[in-house]
Amino acid sequence: MAISRDDVLAWIKNFAQVIEENNEYLTDLDREIGDADHGANMNRGFKAVLSKLPSVESSDIPTILKSVGMTLLSSVGGASGPLYSTVFMQLSKSFAGKEQLELADWCAGLEAAEQGVQMRGKAVPGEKTMVDAMQPALEALKEAVSQNLSIGEALRKSADAAHQGMLATIPLVARKGRASYLGERSANHQDPGATSTYFLLDTAAKTWADK
Amino acid sequence: MKKLINKPEDVVLEELQGIELAHPDIVKVFYDPNYIVRADAPVKGKVGLVSGGGSGHEPMHGGFVGMGMLDAACPGAVFTSPTPDQMLEATKAVNGGAGVLHIVKNYTGDVMNFEMAADLAKEEGIEVESVVVDDDVAVKDSTWTAGRRGVGLTVLMEKIVGAAAEEGRSLKECAELARKVNSLGRSMGMALTSCTVPHVGKPSFDLPEDEMEIGIGIHGEPGRTRMKLEPADKVTEMLLTPIVEDLPYKAGDEVLLFVNSMGGTPLIELYIIYRKAVKLLEEKGIKVIRHLIGPYITSLEMAGTSITLLKMDADLTKLWDAPVKTAGMRWGI
Repeated sequence: MAISRDDVLAWIKNFAQVIEENNEYLTDLDREIGDADHGANMNRGFKAVLSKLPSVESSDIPTILKSVGMTLLSSVGGASGPLYSTVFMQLSKSFAGKEQLELADWCAGLEAAEQGVQMRGKAVPGEKTMVDAMQPALEALKEAVSQNLSIGEALRKSADAAHQGMLATIPLVARKGRASYLGERSANHQDPGATSTYFLLDTAAKTWADK
Repeated sequence: MKKLINKPEDVVLEELQGIELAHPDIVKVFYDPNYIVRADAPVKGKVGLVSGGGSGHEPMHGGFVGMGMLDAACPGAVFTSPTPDQMLEATKAVNGGAGVLHIVKNYTGDVMNFEMAADLAKEEGIEVESVVVDDDVAVKDSTWTAGRRGVGLTVLMEKIVGAAAEEGRSLKECAELARKVNSLGRSMGMALTSCTVPHVGKPSFDLPEDEMEIGIGIHGEPGRTRMKLEPADKVTEMLLTPIVEDLPYKAGDEVLLFVNSMGGTPLIELYIIYRKAVKLLEEKGIKVIRHLIGPYITSLEMAGTSITLLKMDADLTKLWDAPVKTAGMRWGI
């Protein structure tokens, strides 16, 4: 079963709730290796998204995602603002003209998002960033596409890979963002950006589990 | 958390309201998106200078808006980069037809947001140049990190380039001057205590009563080493030596010496540090010809200091001495 506009709206609303519930957890992770604002910034951004959402709810999927991207850009700040904005803007661009999304569409969207984040953040895998959760999720998704899995099954595999990627950031030494100033001291901490990225993909898998 | 605030989420808004009431002769304040511009903006034919960054570093940047310094400042949430919509509106508001220069401190978020804002402004037909400040010698291995942080030199750059823009220099000349200042200035900071971001409510890091952090950033980012507290003279030497060796500053050089408070350190202690720094520089044959002492680029209530050296020449000295009228810095007028 394809992903409809209402499914996309449900994903965004559910993610806003996950962010609110994990506000303190993300900020605590960021306090250890960053500047203690990731949870607060994401929560502010998705609260703004929620208040903006009713005005675009009857639009098509690309318009909704673009609105989320623009709202995040003007409400989050820090590095996560432009990066999460890029995720939603790239999804929007990739889904241009689509009334609903098949697994292959979602896969292409995530690939565009991952490339966009790499370009904006000038990051590559292994530098203890969002990319470390996104990239394995994308690989798992591509494999699932080739195995003809259902959307729900494929997204679960993708989210599990993001979870593994998130955990794999723990031993890494950061080379991008504020955590990089810590050098070796950034090891043995889980990256907050990879963590929120896992939440994003996990929320998609949970919201669309029956698809 | 013990702070003189009302609600954490209102801190930046209420600060801006205070600035608006206090300095109507110097600045205009705009809300949603938030930015501060000089009262007479846009100044026709003059290069517009825009900077910005997280709040919590007052008087930087809003306190440096006015004649002879910045044309606009964009305040973000505390310790969080402002957003491209603020920067775009500020850029448009100060564009007097000679282009706009963005002065950006080298932090991942600030650089990304200013890049996006510059792209948006260019799409609207405004000529924009950007200069990144990265003067913090505490960050050593820059190819393995996000690069050196922009710290104390930002204040000196905003003053000097602001004077050049006021003099009528072109966008290209102002950008080149800013890059020259960046190439001649170096800084390093230290902390005695942590600080608490209002909406977080607990200290950004833990620092035991008898320890200090050498090489701290302005958001409480850890530095080079944590060690037992030493006397002021020893701390001054620990900050100044890596600065002098990095450029390097040599015998015969004339410098501006900037001793900054991180917010919680009083002037009495800054003068003790200044005194020792002048002595150490004299021993190396380096002459202090200008100075700045006080809280200019702070980290909320953090106790600690940073030292910045800028190698001077006749042009830089003339621009430094030029009149300036802002809330945070005022002379010659």
